[in-house]
Amino acid sequence: MGFFFLVQQGLGLPPQASSVAPAVDSLYKFIFWVSAFFFLLIVGLMLAFVLRFRKRPGYQKDVQAPTHNTLLELTWSGIPLVLVLIMGFWGFKVFLDINTPPANAYEVQVTGQKWKWLFTYPNGYVDEALHVPVDQPVRLVMTSEDVIHSFFVPAFRIKRDVVPGRYTKLWFRATKTGKFQVFCTEYCGTGHSDMLTFVEVHEPGGFERWLEAASNLLNTLPPAEAGRRLYQSRGCAQCHSVDGSGGIGPTFQGLFGHQVMLKGGVRTEADENYIRESILEPMAKVVAGFEPVMPTYKGRLKDQEITALVAYIKSLAGEPQPASGQ
Amino acid sequence: MAVPVGNALFGDNYLSHAKGWKSWLFTLDHKRIGVMYLVSILASFLLGGVFALLIRMELWTPQRTIMDAQTYNQMFTLHGAAMIFLFIIPGIPAALGNFVLPLMLGAKDVAFPRLNLLSYYLWVVGALLALVSIITGAVDTGWTFYTPYSTTTNTSVISMTLGAFILGFSSIFTGINFIVSIHKLRPPSMTWFKMPLFLWGLYGTAIIQILATPVLGITLLLLIAERALGVGIFDPALGGDPVLFQHFFWFYSHPAVYIMILPAMGVISELVSTFSHRHIFGYRFIAMSSIAIAIISFLVWGHHMFVSGQSNLASLIFSILTFLVAIPSAVKVFNWVATMYKGEVELATPMLYALAFLFLFGIGGLTGLFLGALATDVHLTDTYFVVAHFHYTMFGGTAIAFFGGLFYWWPKITGRLYRETWSRVAAFLIFIGFNTTFLAQFIMGAQGMPRRYYNYLPEFAPYHRVSTIGAFLLAIGFVMAAGVLLHSLYAGAPAPANPWGAATLEWQTTSPPPHDNFKTQPSPGDPYDVDRWVFDRSAGGYVLAASAAGGGNA
Amino acid sequence: MHSAESHVAHHFPHAKAQVEAGKLGMWIFLATEILLFGGLFCAYAVYRANHPEIFVYAHHFLNKILGGINTVVLICSSFTMAWAVRAAQLSQQDKLVRLLAVTIFCGFVFLGIKYVEYEHKWKEGLLWGKRYKPVHQELTKPKDVPPPKPLPWVNPEEQSTLPPPAVPPQGLSPEVKGFSQEGVVPQNVQLFFSVYFLMTGLHGLHVVAGMVVLFWVLLRARRGQFSSAYFTPVDLAGLYWHLVDLIWIYLFPLLYLIH
Repeated sequence: MGFFFLVQQGLGLPPQASSVAPAVDSLYKFIFWVSAFFFLLIVGLMLAFVLRFRKRPGYQKDVQAPTHNTLLELTWSGIPLVLVLIMGFWGFKVFLDINTPPANAYEVQVTGQKWKWLFTYPNGYVDEALHVPVDQPVRLVMTSEDVIHSFFVPAFRIKRDVVPGRYTKLWFRATKTGKFQVFCTEYCGTGHSDMLTFVEVHEPGGFERWLEAASNLLNTLPPAEAGRRLYQSRGCAQCHSVDGSGGIGPTFQGLFGHQVMLKGGVRTEADENYIRESILEPMAKVVAGFEPVMPTYKGRLKDQEITALVAYIKSLAGEPQPASGQ
Repeated sequence: MAVPVGNALFGDNYLSHAKGWKSWLFTLDHKRIGVMYLVSILASFLLGGVFALLIRMELWTPQRTIMDAQTYNQMFTLHGAAMIFLFIIPGIPAALGNFVLPLMLGAKDVAFPRLNLLSYYLWVVGALLALVSIITGAVDTGWTFYTPYSTTTNTSVISMTLGAFILGFSSIFTGINFIVSIHKLRPPSMTWFKMPLFLWGLYGTAIIQILATPVLGITLLLLIAERALGVGIFDPALGGDPVLFQHFFWFYSHPAVYIMILPAMGVISELVSTFSHRHIFGYRFIAMSSIAIAIISFLVWGHHMFVSGQSNLASLIFSILTFLVAIPSAVKVFNWVATMYKGEVELATPMLYALAFLFLFGIGGLTGLFLGALATDVHLTDTYFVVAHFHYTMFGGTAIAFFGGLFYWWPKITGRLYRETWSRVAAFLIFIGFNTTFLAQFIMGAQGMPRRYYNYLPEFAPYHRVSTIGAFLLAIGFVMAAGVLLHSLYAGAPAPANPWGAATLEWQTTSPPPHDNFKTQPSPGDPYDVDRWVFDRSAGGYVLAASAAGGGNA
Repeated sequence: MHSAESHVAHHFPHAKAQVEAGKLGMWIFLATEILLFGGLFCAYAVYRANHPEIFVYAHHFLNKILGGINTVVLICSSFTMAWAVRAAQLSQQDKLVRLLAVTIFCGFVFLGIKYVEYEHKWKEGLLWGKRYKPVHQELTKPKDVPPPKPLPWVNPEEQSTLPPPAVPPQGLSPEVKGFSQEGVVPQNVQLFFSVYFLMTGLHGLHVVAGMVVLFWVLLRARRGQFSSAYFTPVDLAGLYWHLVDLIWIYLFPLLYLIH
């Protein structure tokens, strides 16, 4: 029963959305049916023999039955051998397609770090999601800031480890528009299962429009709104909430203009300079009760972007509250 | 009830031979060392099983259920480490093998009894170090200890890896002991092809233990040096290569899965022949396939790194070799099925485990084909498909064979028979629970659910729930099986020398055997000539056909 | 006196079987030892193949003369060990004790020389991985040019911006003089010293273990426990000692004599 459910569900495979997916799925289905045949053969014979030759009153076993048969042995070694070699070389052929990008691929730089993905587009714009045009080969050049991660898009049937100290490459050509899930599949610590993002495949022309709008957000949007977008796209949201809830870092709600208790008991006011310093030199002033784990954004955020982030944090300050007990 | 012929429970046996705890702790008797291993390994299995249940409970909901992410990561690491290093690797060779190997050879002990005891105590030290690691900030690296995560996490990696390092030496010493015993203590009349297939399995296992475990040893030493001293061999910041660790690790750990499965296949060969009451089919092919597996298993480690960026050519070679290693396993399965043909199949508890093995290992082996093929592996690796695949081979294969072997040799070890009805119900529950737990994981793996995930997307929730329910069924089955065995210890009927009708030598001594194993030296013949053994009601078990005819001139 | 039979354990049919079993077990154990070192040899091969310049550069800091003397010392000890086994076979008890003592003495000489080498490396800061802080750092890495940590999207093929050192690094080896004219100090020199300390360190531990075993054999030999009828422990300890020697004979050219 479960078997028919499985067949009906496309053998459990997710939808196909890349140029290599149909080839991978064909192989998958071939292996599935070969396996199903041999499994039913073995289990069927086993059950038949249990029933037919079970120990019971009045039944006599055949003591003359053969105990070896070389021809039979060679047959049941040879047939599986041929089948698995077909699987092996078929798998290699499709694997080469998965691994060999066409020359004209659009290149995006991917950085994995605990626990987010950063995608750098050719114009230098950085985003937390991967946006690509449909029906155009895209090449990812990937590296990691810390430990090994792995970039996996189930709908594309592609996966590649992202290793610190070296560059790994991956390519795909999306064949469907829409949003597709991206997982990190190499265990990387506490937030491993939250290291998720998505690939958004745009229809023709849509990708270029998106990239231009996203890259120009500093010029086209008010600073606080641009800061909000940066907060979303550059990884701040991973650790800092804006609604007062807890996280790996302090919340941004009601932060600006208030006193902050630092490690070691010093108080300081959260003004523009403090926020700027915390972005560029996170270890300089660590808020009491939090681990010093924030990476520096020096060289990763432009001055204009920091200004926009400060403006956004300012906008979350709310009504200044009198500090209690002072 | 009358004591059956060949039962030594109330006379001189290895259990009554010497008294007091010292006679156990300092024993050089392979049977007692085997029993100590058995108790310790079952305790580890219990520990690993509790971790597994906690993991499955956490995964009941897509978000937090009973523990936080860090604790969850520690749980799956400890589950893997306990099950692999403490239970599955030593399980069949060190516990059952230690007890049975000299008996099957018709020998009085293994070649180096002191080394045997040393290897047990190394196991204990290794296990204690693993416990220390659990208490002092449990490891959260996964049992694979991948660098650079394992060199940067602040949990107690050193004591766990040091524990695994010492367990490795325990395993090496067991391997040396088995190889030398088989070479030097085999009676002259027992030629290589007159050896029981369990011994062939143990021999193949010992070869892998000896050739692969030292590489794990140096890998773990390097990891320890990396953490303690910062040698940087695997640290990209110091010019090292983290992927080199994976090559080293899998050079051991892939052959290690054959350390786990080869002795299991040996057990199944014994069970299928004995309970089909028929000579094993294709003896030489089964024996040689063990050695073929042992050799090819060293050449497939790269199939764990198809997506790490190794060269296409290397991937092709590892993929083809991986497929080749499937053939000897398939040959064994076909021969076991053929053994039942025209036999007299008796569905005793050990045979139920053997049939479960054929079913589960069949699924485990066949799903390995999806992972051996490069293109499908890219999609499936590091998902629940892999988790389900190795549980079908390691648990559905090795652990099921271990319990089959335990129920098979239990009367020999303890001198007691257990209640057949309840042990069959337990075996059935284990089979159902196991499939419920892990079949669901194949489907979600194919859909892309990554392994080692604390939170997961809500669409996977139904599969996880089915899996969790299955895990508890499985646990109930094991509790029941344990109950049956414990009950037999004080209320079981005394076991005859040969309750099953097997033709290997361990059944030609009393149950339990005397200190020196045999009162009269048995003469080895064909280990599968089961037709010479017939059931004798007055003896309560099987006796040689000649003596059944009233000691006459048969 | 011990008769041959009193050493035969109950589970062996006769003395010959026990001797053979012991030897087979020892040979298998030696195979595992070689595989243990095999991992390090693999690491050595991988890093040397990928970064030959590090190995060529860094091996100049090792003292070939001391390494060479140590090689001779170990070969001598292997010779005295083999002679000791022969003495045991001929029941020459006094000679056996003396030869074992000489072998152990050679082990001490080896460790002493190794200590001198290590101490020098320690002073020079030529240590493993993150402990690698050459004393002449200011020459090899000018302070005013901090090594730039490349952003992840910088082209990996890009050359290092470090200028070549003005003065050659100082080592014990005379060949270092005039060396640096040839080229730049390679990056990641610490890799070589990591491999060096791991290999020689693990080997050194094996030397110590071998000496402990030999000392135990020596004590038993003094009690007159070995004779032509029973000398298995001498024989097996000898095999182990030869292996320790053999590994050094591979380590010496691989680490000290690179070209």
